[in-house]
Amino acid sequence: MDSLLNLASSFCLLLGSFLCLSGGVGILRFPDFYTRMHAAGVTDTLAAAMILIGLMLQIPETLVIIKLIIILLMTLFISPSASHALGRAALLNSLTPVVAVDKNHAEQTTEVGDNPSKS
Amino acid sequence: MSMILGLYNYWIVIVLMMIGFYIIIAHGHLIKKIVGLNIFQTSVFIFYISLGKVEGGTAPIWQENITLYSNPLPHVLILTAIVVGIATTALGLALTIRLKEAYGTIDEDEIQAMDNQAMDNQDKESQPC
Amino acid sequence: MGIAIAINQIKDMFAVVMLAGIYGLVSASFFVTLDAVDVAFTEASVGAGISTLLMLTTVAMTGRTEHEASHKPMLALFVVMVTGGLLIYGTFDMPYFGSVDAPVQNHVGPRYILDSMQEIGVPNMVTSVLASYRGFDTFGEVTVIFTAGIGVLALLSVARRPDDDTAIEAINDSMHEKHLILRVVIKTLIPFILLYAFYVQFHGDFGPGGGFQAGVIFAAGIILYAMLFGLSVARRVIRQPLVQLLSAVGVLIYGSVGVVSMLNGGSFLDYDVLSADPIAGQHLGILLIELGVGVTVASVMIMIFFSFAGRSEYQQAKKGESL
Repeated sequence: MDSLLNLASSFCLLLGSFLCLSGGVGILRFPDFYTRMHAAGVTDTLAAAMILIGLMLQIPETLVIIKLIIILLMTLFISPSASHALGRAALLNSLTPVVAVDKNHAEQTTEVGDNPSKS
Repeated sequence: MSMILGLYNYWIVIVLMMIGFYIIIAHGHLIKKIVGLNIFQTSVFIFYISLGKVEGGTAPIWQENITLYSNPLPHVLILTAIVVGIATTALGLALTIRLKEAYGTIDEDEIQAMDNQAMDNQDKESQPC
Repeated sequence: MGIAIAINQIKDMFAVVMLAGIYGLVSASFFVTLDAVDVAFTEASVGAGISTLLMLTTVAMTGRTEHEASHKPMLALFVVMVTGGLLIYGTFDMPYFGSVDAPVQNHVGPRYILDSMQEIGVPNMVTSVLASYRGFDTFGEVTVIFTAGIGVLALLSVARRPDDDTAIEAINDSMHEKHLILRVVIKTLIPFILLYAFYVQFHGDFGPGGGFQAGVIFAAGIILYAMLFGLSVARRVIRQPLVQLLSAVGVLIYGSVGVVSMLNGGSFLDYDVLSADPIAGQHLGILLIELGVGVTVASVMIMIFFSFAGRSEYQQAKKGESL
């Protein structure tokens, strides 16, 4: 039981670290603002959640586990809202996403995804 | 070698302090100066806190079985210093906003030039023809 | 260190402010590795929170790029190098990092560590030193924060006419749909933020925390509300005269505890005489002054933010008139 907990916790922690790294690489290498924001959102939400779950599996005391669960709930609430706020601000200030680079035509085709006044 | 291992934290602090110092004196933009001041202050905090650390000690919160704690006195001093630092920064930023309204720019050289010009104009007006 | 060099080179002020916030956060985590949990808490909330917010507001009002330097920075570089060299020369006499027999560990430090539980009975030694052994310094600090609040008020306050209630409701409703998701989420979360601020305030005796951190977190919750629902709505909820009164009341509570101690026969800010049992007196004294500190810090931070944001509105209104 103990080694199973250890195994699960180390798996979660490793997965969380890998997601952090990939998020960092994504922020540097993605071509467009919206894709970079997605990478940052993944780091904020999923990587933090994985690390918290990994930590939770390590500790035997109940009070610490409850505190970590509360932090996890807060993170799941707040990080997607933050990414949403970022994306919204960009869209409302008319930063259009790059949709496709068509190699047959000379120029890029760009279009605004949703109608901003509706969402 | 043991000297480097023992003293490297001070050298890091000094490098940070010098970078902050350089930002303060070499840039004309007032907000950048305030940011440089912040960097300088934080390096001083790191200096004090690293002074208080004891090898093998824990945070200074009393627990049943632990006898070796880090020194709480630098923590107290730095707590005060951080709050005073934010007070200074807030006042500095408020002054910057008023300066921008009065002069239209917050570059130090341009403000100095405008002041010199105003003084020259005043001298020319007050001289008898 | 890399962050500091980047701040030096970058000309876009927005990026500089963001990097300054990251710098604050990195140094906060650095403080945690150096066992300074209270300090890390304060640096994270103040340096990475409030400070970034105020700098962003200022950059929004003053322009985003920095002009080119008009003279070569050779003299500045030379001065910096010489000072750095002298300082490094000075460190050769200093005690090694983490050594147990350094002078700083040997005079007052052990006395605080060993006697804090018996004399004061509060597990968090930083709180006991801050509030009881070094209570005078903390009084000065609260006064400094109060003075900064007054200073910002003097510089940036704008005479306000009483706002038209129906106009505010109209603005609020028109923006409601635009920010629907954020408003719903934040409305659910702000009570928890304020509750956390109270938790940090009163739990500061047993874990990291205390008056300053609690005040900053409380102010951050209110500022979040103001940012999302508009400044006029927030001013209706937290009235300016009330906030100004509260900032003075905090300092007054702190001073009154000291005066009551004197009236009871001890010296200024001597908590032993506040109650029959000295340890209970210490607990009561620490509770009251942390309350005073928290109230002052929260109201001053709210006051400063309202002044900054109010000034920005005033500037925009003046620009709108002159167009």
